[in-house]
Parts: sequence; C-alpha cells; structure tokens
Amino acid sequence: MKDFILPADARDMGTPARQGAPVTLLIDGVEVTVPEGTSVMRAAAEAGISVPRLCATDSLEAFGSCRLCAVEIEGRRGTPASCTTPVSAGMVVRTQSEKVRRIRRGVMELYISDHPLDCLTCSANGDCELQDMAGAVGLREVRYTAPEAGMVTHFKARNTSGEVNPDWRPKDDSNPYFSYDPSKCIVCNRCVRACEEVQGTFALTIEGRGFDSRVKAGGPEDDFLTSDCVSCGACVQACPTATLQEKSVIELGTPERSVVTTCAYCGVGCSFKAELQGDQLVRMVPWKDGKANRGHSCVKGRFAYGYAAHRDRILSPMIRDRIEDPWREVSWDEALRFAADRMRGVQQTYGAKSVGVITSSRCTNEEAYLVQKLTRAVFGNNNTDTCARVCHSPTGYGLGQTFGTSAGTQDFDSVAHTDVVLVIGANPTDGHPVFASRLKKRLRQGAQLIVIDPRRIDLVKSPHVRAAHHLALTPGTNVAVVTALAHVIVTEGLMDEAFIRERCDWDEFQHYAEFVSEARHSPEAVALLTGVNAQELRAAARLFATGGNGAIYYGLGVTEHSQGSTTVMAIANLAMLTGNVGRPGVGVNPLRGQNNVQGSCDMGSFPHELPGYRHVKGPEVRDIFQQAWGVEIDPEPGLRIPNMLDAAVAGSFKGLYCQGEDILQSDPDTKHVAAGLAAMDCVIVHDLFLNETAHYAHVFLPGSSFLEKNGTFTNAERRINRVRKVMAPRNGHEDWEVTQLLANALLEGTGRPLWSYTHPEQIMAEIAATTPSFAGVSYDLLDRLGSVQWPCNDDHPEGTPLMHVDGFMRGKGRFIVTEYVATHERSGPRFPLLLTTGRILSQYNVGAQTRRTHNVLWHEEDLLEIHPHDADNRGVKNGDWVRLASRAGETTLRATVTDRVSPGVVYTTFHHPDTQANVITTDHSDWATNCPEYKVTAVQVSPSNGPTEWQERYAAQAVQARRILPAAE
Amino acid sequence: MSPEKMVMMANQIATFFATQPGTDGAERVADHLNDFWEPRMRVQLLDHAGAGGAGLHPLVMQAMVHVKRPAEA
Repeated sequence: MKDFILPADARDMGTPARQGAPVTLLIDGVEVTVPEGTSVMRAAAEAGISVPRLCATDSLEAFGSCRLCAVEIEGRRGTPASCTTPVSAGMVVRTQSEKVRRIRRGVMELYISDHPLDCLTCSANGDCELQDMAGAVGLREVRYTAPEAGMVTHFKARNTSGEVNPDWRPKDDSNPYFSYDPSKCIVCNRCVRACEEVQGTFALTIEGRGFDSRVKAGGPEDDFLTSDCVSCGACVQACPTATLQEKSVIELGTPERSVVTTCAYCGVGCSFKAELQGDQLVRMVPWKDGKANRGHSCVKGRFAYGYAAHRDRILSPMIRDRIEDPWREVSWDEALRFAADRMRGVQQTYGAKSVGVITSSRCTNEEAYLVQKLTRAVFGNNNTDTCARVCHSPTGYGLGQTFGTSAGTQDFDSVAHTDVVLVIGANPTDGHPVFASRLKKRLRQGAQLIVIDPRRIDLVKSPHVRAAHHLALTPGTNVAVVTALAHVIVTEGLMDEAFIRERCDWDEFQHYAEFVSEARHSPEAVALLTGVNAQELRAAARLFATGGNGAIYYGLGVTEHSQGSTTVMAIANLAMLTGNVGRPGVGVNPLRGQNNVQGSCDMGSFPHELPGYRHVKGPEVRDIFQQAWGVEIDPEPGLRIPNMLDAAVAGSFKGLYCQGEDILQSDPDTKHVAAGLAAMDCVIVHDLFLNETAHYAHVFLPGSSFLEKNGTFTNAERRINRVRKVMAPRNGHEDWEVTQLLANALLEGTGRPLWSYTHPEQIMAEIAATTPSFAGVSYDLLDRLGSVQWPCNDDHPEGTPLMHVDGFMRGKGRFIVTEYVATHERSGPRFPLLLTTGRILSQYNVGAQTRRTHNVLWHEEDLLEIHPHDADNRGVKNGDWVRLASRAGETTLRATVTDRVSPGVVYTTFHHPDTQANVITTDHSDWATNCPEYKVTAVQVSPSNGPTEWQERYAAQAVQARRILPAAE
Repeated sequence: MSPEKMVMMANQIATFFATQPGTDGAERVADHLNDFWEPRMRVQLLDHAGAGGAGLHPLVMQAMVHVKRPAEA
C-alpha cells in the first residue's frame, strides 16, 4: 500500500494567495517577489520564513486579532501585524528581533493564563497550534494568575473556593461528529470566519465583549445541533486548539499517516486526506490542493464514512436457488461458479440478449469500464446501462446534439468569475454543498442569482444571499419557462449576435429565432401554464442577457422529466444566445448527482455507445474494441434499464448483474421494478449491503468501499480524480477484481483468454488506448498533476478546464427548436396535487450509506412538504401521518406544513426504503432517453393512521428476503 | 412492453421531431429509433405498425419504412 506523496508545499501560508503585479521586498535579508496584495506573512512563508500566528490561516482572510505575528518594518512605526499588512515594493521586514520576541511572549503568556495546561491528556496533543506557538515564541513562564475572588478563568469548572465558576461552560457534544469545548477556546475567531467565508452559513458568532467573548452556535438557547450549523467541518478544520475537535480524534488519538483520495458521495468530487493509524481511519480532512473543493467539505464527505465499517456490511458471498429461500454463505469460488452457470444457462435457453448488466455511478471508471466490457465481450450483447440513465441521460443527449459533447463546459473555479448565475432544477446547498459554498462566496461578492425551481430552495433566501428572481414554476413546465426567457432575449434584441454569427449555425438560429419570437412563447402567454409572473420572468431574462458573465447550473429538476432532453437543449440555446460559452465565468454546468455520473457515461456504460460516446453502429469504433478484446461487437443498441425491466416482464430478459446499484429503491414505479426482477432467473447483486434489489437476487457478491480500492472518479467538471486504497478490502477483493473473477468464471472452458488485470492502472491504460478523449490519461499523470479534466490527449496534454473555447466540439453550435409539450402526468380530480422529489443535505440518494451513519440525526425519515392551504383543505397538521397516492401506488409518511412549496405542489425526499417514494412515481419518461419522470407525479394527500398495507407487506418481505442461514460448523 | 407504453414512447419521439423545421421528420424519427431502440422493441413497434398501428402518431407511421428490422430477435 503506497501512500501518495503530498506536494512539497502543503504548509499553511497564513493568508490566502493573491493575484496581481509582482512586488519585490526583503524579509530577514531574503529577497522575495510576490503578487501585489499579498500579506507580509504570506510573503515570508514564500521565502521559507514562518511568522508565529494564531488567528491567521490561509483558508481565511486576515483578521489581525492575536498580534502574535507582529514584525518590524523599516521606516514604519510600531510593530504591524504581518497578516494584515500588504507588501509594498522595496519593503524591508524583520520577523525576528528582541522587540517582537518580547511582544510575542507577552501575547502568549496572556493567552495561556486563561488556558488549561492539560496538554498531555488533551485531544489536540501533537496537533495544537497553541502548543506549537508556545514553543515557537519560547514561552517559559506564566506570571498571571486569576484573583482569589470574583473573576476566575474560563477553563476551571469551580473557583478555588469550590464554587461554581459562572464563566465556565460545559462541553457541547450535541453534534455527533465533533465536540465544542469552550474551556479550550482562545477566541481567535477562525471558526466563526470559516463558517462565514468558507461555508457561507453564518451559524457561529462571538457573543459578549472583552473577557466575556466566546464562540456561540446559533441563538441563546441553541447548541451546535439545533443551530443553523450544517456540520461541514470547516470550523473544526480552522480551530487551532482542541476547542472544536473531531470525536474520532478524541476517541482514537492523532493520525500518523495520510492518503489523498476522492469522496464517493456527490458529483463535486472533493479531494480528501484520509488520515489513519495503521489501517484504522481516524478522520477525513478536505485536501486544500483538491481542485474541485479547494480545501472545503460537507457533512457527508467529511464525517459520514462510518457505513464502511457498519455491522450491516456483508463480507461473504452468498447464493440461493430461489428468492424465497434464505441466503447461504459460500466461498467465492462456489458463488462465482453458481453465478456463471446460471447466466450461461439463461443465455443457452433464452439467447445471447437475455442477460445484461447495470452499474452504479458510484463505481469507479475502471469498474464501469470492466462491467460494460463484460456484457459486450463476454455476454456478447450491448445490454449495459448505468444509473445515469435515471438522472443525467438527457444531459448526454441534449448537450451532444447542441454542443457536440456530453459534458459540462466549465471547472468549478469558473464560478468565481460569474456575474449572473442561473440555477435551474438544482438545490446545490443540499445536493452539491461544496459547490454551493463556492457559489455563495461569489454571490456575497455581488454576483446576481436567478433561481428557477418549484420550491423555495435555501439559495433563494439565506444569510447574505438573496435571489434577484425566483421563478417558482409549476412542475413540468421547464421548457415553457426557458423558451419564454429566450423569447424575451430575442424579441428585445438582447442576444449576442456576433457570437451567434461566429460560433453557431446561422440558418438554424434563424429558424430558432422565428420560433421563439412567436407570441405564444411570451411570458404573458405562458404565465397561466407555468405559474410564473410574466414581469418577473422578463426581468430575469434581461438580467441574464445583460448582467455580464452568465453561467447556468442545473440538476435533475431539468432532466427527470418527459421533456428532460428538450430542456437541456433549451438551456444550451440560452447559453449560445447570450454568448455565454467558452470563457471563465459562463457556460452550461450540469451538477451531477453522484460521484461518477460523468465517468460512468464516459466509460461506455450506455447500451448504444462504446467508451467515449461513440455509437455501436459505427464499424470503425467497433473495430477498435474488436481488436482490443478479440471478439465481435453487436452493432445493435442494447436495452436501457426500463427496457430491461419491460423485457423481463415480457419474458425475454432473464439475467442481470447489478453492481452497486439499488434499482428497486431508486428506480420509478417500484411495483413494476419488482415484477421485472421477480421474473428473472438469475439476479446477481454486487454491493456493500443487502440492498432492496437483493430481495430478488440469487447471488450476492460483497463489494468494497471507496476506502478499500484503487481507481478513478470523474466529477461534474470532467475532472478525473484518483481514488486510493487506504485499507485492505474487508470483503477480500476490490470491486474491479470481483468483476474480473465473474468474467473469468464465465470464460472458463470457452477456450478464450481469461482477463488478467493486476491493477486498475492497467484498465485505465486500456481506456486511454481505445478512447481518444482519454488518450493522455494515466495514473502517472494523475499522480503528477493531482487530477486532470478530459479531453486529455496530444492537443491537451494536461487536460481541458474549459470546453468550446475556440469553437464547439461539433463545429458550429446548433440551436434546436424547443416546443413545450405537456407531460401525460397531469393533475386532475382524483390526483389534484403535483409531487416533486429531491435530496436533503445529510442524506445521499437511497441512503444506503448515509442511513448507516450518524447523519440520520438530521433526517431520520422522509417527510412530505405541503403548503398550508392544501394542508388546511385536507385537515392535515404539521407532523401528521398522511397517505400519499398516485395512479402507480400509495405510501404513508409524515407531513411538514410549509410555504416552501406553492399551493398545488408537494415535495419529498427518497432516502428511506420504509417510505419508498418510488411506489408513487410513474413509468413516464424522457422522450429521447427514457430518463424517468421523477419530478412530476399527480398525487392525492389525505390523513392517515400509519403505514399502508403495501408498506407492511414490503417490510415483512424484506425480513424474509434477508434471512441468512447460519454457517455450517 | 405493454403496447400502450410502446405507443406512448414512440409518439413522444414523433412529437419532438414534428416540431423541428425541415421535411425529414420521418427519417429523423427512424434514426432515433434505430439508434436507441433495442431490436426487440423495434420489432414490436414494426409489428404493431404493420397491424394497423393503432394509436401511433402519423409521423411514426411514416418513419416505419426507414426503421431497420433486425435480423434476429
């Protein structure tokens, strides 16, 4: 297990980097040149000189409170703080002199006079900046002691007479992941500033004045848990003492080694240092050189990793003849033989196309590549799909048609150059929290925000962030709203004609301009349909077209509709229309739901295309893989996930290998999914847990967590990040090895060569050799650069942060006519409300991981948000159980009465199998890609006493299906 | 797949291409079906159209001559 070597300069430079003209100065006789605006402290650090400090850290703006960093500057009076003093040309700085040494010792002496001296038993022992600074300034005595009576200290629970010390506060252990111990606090303000500047939540403050000053979460009655704190960990990271400390460190002690790896939650793809003692993970710390997150994190990546060691994890392979039987633990050999025999049997009876594979976008690129290779090269068909089918497949189709590539156009750094942000169908503060923090930072600097969402998401109004416009549209009317925005821009002459003439197909633009200019697309004409105020929509369109750099960020509220692909095209049209493509601060940015949605699509997981988005019908593309794999490749497209289930119900699809994906919980119309799975002869589930799909499985192959394997994830910026193995797989094999074992069990006896990868590096080499956009990617390159954004090839040897800079990938950008077509899913007398679904910060998708962590403290059940009017009409009060029914099915859950949703709209999350929101969702889907229409379901809500019959039956069946026979002695 | 669902899916595709400029709507519907519909689905659709095509959008019917009938399945 080789640790990744951290870049040489992992030091804290004290204050943030600046950009500007070079300025040269002299520090302790060393000449150093830094950008204008850099602090003296940072300049010294650049010269290799460390100035003592407590309140400064390079993730935060300088604050100048501790005065420990005092220096002498020739020609200036006094001893300025080096953190708040910017450099100037020719400055001569002395960081060490008798004078500043005396000042620093004096400052430290005062700090330590109100700090416990329990260093040996302190949880920050060895990782405490206060301790380090006491050493650095040569503190040898503390002369100050608290007076006998009256004011004592903040750290003694009782005074010398044994009376309770009114200035002492007990530890706040309300947060499950970190503790706040006020007795250790030096009031450096770093936590408060981290919450404001880095996270943007403003949950912390300093209350009181002078000696009474202390850090406080929320209002007078709050603790950390009840405050607005989102548990991102930025304050813990910033704290120089043991005041804010991870509970895992308190329990285990300080880590002794670290490995840089990539978070396995959302599509932001944050880089983390996994810090360990031996193979015991102590904590995950966001890596400041990670280019997606720049040192920030959220509650999931930072703290919610405990699932990997959860008792529910299955570590032995299991099989059973019938799904009614209990599971039997068997050896890997027996499980693989059983699986291979069954799959071969199915193919012999029902034909080559009767089996298929599904991968999860949580899997690595290398795993996804091998699984699609398994079906194409071993099963001999194209029946491969990925859960990206049910989230971002319309992005692939829509952006492919308009721009020529199926990917976001920017990197996340781009948001720092944006002037107007349009967020549509996405909820970044919950779904993509670290990106949201970067976005909010830009909004606080003055960028404008337009939100298009049926629900009042947090971004619409949160501390120091106000959306200029919130277009709260009726679910299902995205195309009408975005087309109306284009109508205003075109009819008011606000488009960027020069850009369109140069970069786009002019004829197609003419058609498009004529189409959107029709009066029926005006905001006034569609207001009744969309529920959006026409004046507000016009103002939003004008702002986006004229406000400077305009960037569009969107999520599944765009794609998961029957017109998902059309909305993606409408968004691309809007970006081209306003000239917002091809430079920093602009672009079309799909926020990917899972860590590797981009990568799983890139890797040829879709049934119609080989790696690199090349259709299987192309003989020259098939030839590349036929050469590489030595087999014929089927030129016909395979089955997509919903098609597989339809074919299963029809009896022509009988075998499935499902890696890391829980289709029973995550796919729409649960009853239909269950019927499809029940009709199969061989379902192989490869996962960490006995998930819901496993109720219908015959073979269970235990999986490895992201901590236990090597590979790569590709995030929403097309950034390929390394996943590094930090501990041995608890199940015995990394996931790519399991797929290889299965492939070899199937290949055995066929006379064909077995697979023989020994490291995922070799799989990446095969991807690079066959896929032009990955041609330059290698593990060596990733180790050297940290990460790389595809395309990475001879033209772009270090990758491509921005796409379409000089022209669109397809040549000329295409404007596509986007006619609004109402979904078939309409509210009516039986089902008068529209249900839409989404995610919450603390939970992740089907919750398989986050439900098995302390994150359940924030969200232990799915709740139904309903507007007070609709609740009143139905006699529903806050917290009541309600029955939620659609034409597909019904479930019960508890109601939250809130005006976050408009009248006529209800909202819930889909994190818990007990509620099973997907019993309600229907099998309607996007016209182009079959991406399910999760975001619009006509429903009725009525008071209820508790779980439905279906829920009770399902719970009972789950218990039955999860029985495991005791191992034979 | 149920005939109703298949008809709806095919009609959704036709509805999109019917809104696009040009006279090649039928070919484009057929291209989409050839590119994305697995042989079993195309056979089912072709058979349904052959049997009168109840419920199908006219553009789907016009597209049928361009839809490839798979060799097997």
